[in-house]
Amino acid sequence: MRAATTLALLGTLLAAAPALAQEEGKLPHVNWSFSGPFGTYDRAAAQRGFQIYKEVCSNCHSLKEAYYRDLEGIGLSAAQVKAIAASVTVPTIGDDGQPAERPALPSDHFKSPFPNEKAARAALNGALPPDLSVITLAREGGADYVYGVLTGYGEPPAGMKMGEGMNYNKMFPGHQIAMPQPLQPDQVTYADGTKATLDQEAHDVVTFLEYVANPHMEERKRIGVKVILFLAMLTGITYAVKRKVWSDVH
Amino acid sequence: MAGLNKSDFKNPVVNWIDTRLPLFTLMNKEYAVFPTPRNFNYLWNFGALASVALVLMIVTGIFLAMNYTPDGSMAFDSVERIMRDVNYGWLLRYAHANGASMFFLVVYVHIFRGLYYGSYKTPRELLWMLGVVILLLMMATAFMGYVLPWGQMSFWGATVITNLFSAFPVVGNAIVTWLWGGFAVGDPTLHRFFSLHYLLPFVIFAVVFLHVIALHITGSNNPLGIDVKSPQDTLPFHPYYTIKDSVGLCVFFLVWSFFIFFEPNFFANPDNYIPANPLQTPSEIVPEWYLLPFYAILRSVPNKLGGVLMMFGSILVLFVIPWLDTSPVRSAKFRPIWRALFWVLVASTIALGFVGAHRPEGWWVVLGRVATTYYFLHFLVLMPIVGKLERPLPLPESISRPVISRGGGPLPGGAPAKPMEKP
Ligand code: HEC
Ligand code: HEM
Repeated sequence: MRAATTLALLGTLLAAAPALAQEEGKLPHVNWSFSGPFGTYDRAAAQRGFQIYKEVCSNCHSLKEAYYRDLEGIGLSAAQVKAIAASVTVPTIGDDGQPAERPALPSDHFKSPFPNEKAARAALNGALPPDLSVITLAREGGADYVYGVLTGYGEPPAGMKMGEGMNYNKMFPGHQIAMPQPLQPDQVTYADGTKATLDQEAHDVVTFLEYVANPHMEERKRIGVKVILFLAMLTGITYAVKRKVWSDVH
Repeated sequence: MAGLNKSDFKNPVVNWIDTRLPLFTLMNKEYAVFPTPRNFNYLWNFGALASVALVLMIVTGIFLAMNYTPDGSMAFDSVERIMRDVNYGWLLRYAHANGASMFFLVVYVHIFRGLYYGSYKTPRELLWMLGVVILLLMMATAFMGYVLPWGQMSFWGATVITNLFSAFPVVGNAIVTWLWGGFAVGDPTLHRFFSLHYLLPFVIFAVVFLHVIALHITGSNNPLGIDVKSPQDTLPFHPYYTIKDSVGLCVFFLVWSFFIFFEPNFFANPDNYIPANPLQTPSEIVPEWYLLPFYAILRSVPNKLGGVLMMFGSILVLFVIPWLDTSPVRSAKFRPIWRALFWVLVASTIALGFVGAHRPEGWWVVLGRVATTYYFLHFLVLMPIVGKLERPLPLPESISRPVISRGGGPLPGGAPAKPMEKP
C-alpha cells in the first residue's frame, strides 16, 4: 500500500504521504509528542507508559529487543534503572556449573514473561501475544493503530458471531482479537497524580512503545535538522558557483 | 609498444608516477578535458548520481555486514542490534535501506532519459545494453538484500519469487530446490542470498566501469540527439559538468537525507518488522515499489509460465530496442508522435506500479492487462512502425547554433577555443 503511494511520489518527490484509510476500523488521530520533524518523547508520558507495560502488558508480552538501560532514555536515572533491573531475576550458570538465577543488570534484555512460544500459548488459550519491541513499526498506522486497538474494545454489533475466547475490537482486522481488553479506566495509579483514564493509559503506553521501537529517534531528528540545513546551504553555494562557472557559456 | 608515458605534470612525484603508470593522464583525459556536449540539461546528472549511489550502497553495506548475522534464528535480531547497539547503526541501516529506493529512482530516471533522447541508438547500442545488464543485476541484488532482515515480507517475498522458476516445465522444480538449498526457503537460502548480495554490487561496479568506458568511446548523447560536429559544440567536462553534477548531487543528498532522518520507514513494509514465520502467510505479499511494475506484469498474465516469461521479457526487450527503433532521429524532441507515445509509456509503467501494489481483483486486473499490453506494443510494434511513418521536425544544424541563436549575441569571447585547452 505504502509502495503504491511511493510511485505517485516519483513525480513530485516530496509530497507528504496521505494517511491511507484503513480497511478495518478508522484510524484514530492522536496528537503525539514524537510526531513531526522536531517531535520528541514526552518523558513523563513514556515513564507512565513504562509503568503500564510493567504492571499490565508484561504479564503476556515480551520486549526482547530492549534493554533495561534503555529506560535511561525516557528520563530514569541510572540508579533507578539499576533497581528496576535488579528486581528481576534471570537465568544464569552458577559457579558449580548448574543452572542458577541472578538479578538482572541494566545491560540485560527485558525479561520475557514466557520462556517460549508453547508456554505462552499454553497459558493463553492457544493465543500468542506478539513481542512488542517494534510493534509500532510492525503495523500499518503505527502508534495510531496500537492506540486504536487498546481503546477499540466494545460490544460486538448485533448478529456478529464471536469465536471462543475472542473479544470484539473495532480496530483489529477482522474485529476479533484474542487479547482480552488489557486497559480499563483506573487500571493503574500514577505516581505523578495524572488521572488514569483509558485514553490516558493508552496514550502513555503507546508513547513508551514508540520509544522502545525507535530509541534513537530524537538523536536522528537532531542530526537530521543539521544535515538538511547544511545540505541546503551547500546546494545554494554550489548552485551559485555553477552559475559563475557557466556565465561565460550562455 | 612498451615505453614510458610522456607526462608533463608540475608536481615531480605525480610526474614520476604518471610516467610509469599514467593514471593522472587518464583521469585528466576522461574526466577533466573530456569534451562533453555543451547543451546537457539536468537529466544528464542521473548517471553520476547513480554512480554515487552505488558507491554509497557498497560502503554502508560493508559496515552493515560487519554486524549482521545471516542465520534464520538470528538475522532479525541482529538487524535490531544494529539499529540499537551499533554506534550509528540506525544511520547505516536507514541509509542503506532508503538508498536502494534512491538508487532505483535515479536509475529509472536515467533509463527514461535514455529512452526519450534516443541514447540507445547507434553508436551507443552496447552502452545501452550494458545499462540493461546493470538494471538486471540491480534487481537481483535488491531482491536478495530485502531477504536479509528476515522479516515476514523477506521470507514470503523470497518464497513467491523463487517459486516462479517452478513454472518452467520439467526442470522447474529442480531449479527451485537448487535455489533454496532445500525444500523450502530456509537457512541455506538466507546464507547464499547474503553471500550473493555481497558479491553482486561489485559485479555491478565492474559493469558500470565497462558502461563508462563505452560512454567515453562514443561520447555522450545530448538533448538534441545530434552528433557533436565541432569543438564549439562541446565543453571540457571539468569544470562545467563537475560543477553541474555537484548541484544535482547536493539535491540528491537532500532528498536521501530527508528520508533517512525524517521518514526512514516511508518505503518499508510494516510486515517486515514482524520476524519471518513460515507457518503464517501475510495477507498480501508485495515487493518493494521499484519491482512493482514487473510484479504487475507477472500477475496480469493468467498463465503462470506466460507471466514469468512476460515479466522477464519486459526487461529483455530493452536489449533489442536499438534495432527495433527505425527512426534515424534520436531525440523525441523532434518526433512529435513518438514524444506523445513516450509519455503513454511512462503512464503505463506508473499504472503498472499501482496495479502491482493491489490485489489482482476487479478493475486492477483490467488496468494491469491494458498497461502490460501497451508496454509491449510500445516497443515491439509502435517503435518500428512509428519510426518509419513519422515525419520528424527539422533538426538544428549543430549543437552550438541553437544555443547561440537563443542567446541572441555573438560567440562569447574565447569560448570556442576553450574546450581544447587544458584547464
Ligand atoms: C492476558 C494477556 C495479555 C495482556 C495482559 C496484554 N496482551 Fe496484548 N495481546 C495478547 C494476545 C494473546 C494477543 C494476540 C491477539 C491476536 O492475535 O488475536 C495480543 C496482541 C496485542 C497487540 C497486537 C495486535 C495486532 O494488531 O496484532 C498489541 C499491539 C498488544 N497486544 C498490546 C498490548 C498492550 C499495550 C498491553 C498492555 C496494556 C497488552 N497488549 C496486554 C495478550 C495480552
Ligand atoms: C548502476 C547503475 C548505473 C550507473 C552507475 C550508470 C552510470 C552512468 C554514467 C556515469 C553515465 C554518464 C553520465 C550520464 O550520461 O548521465 C551513464 C550514461 C548512460 N547510461 Fe548509465 N548507469 C547505470 C545504469 C544504466 C541503465 C540501467 C541504463 C539503461 C538501461 C543506462 C543507460 C545509459 C546510457 C544509454 C548512457 C549514455 C547516455 C547519454 O550519454 O545520453 N545506464 N551511465
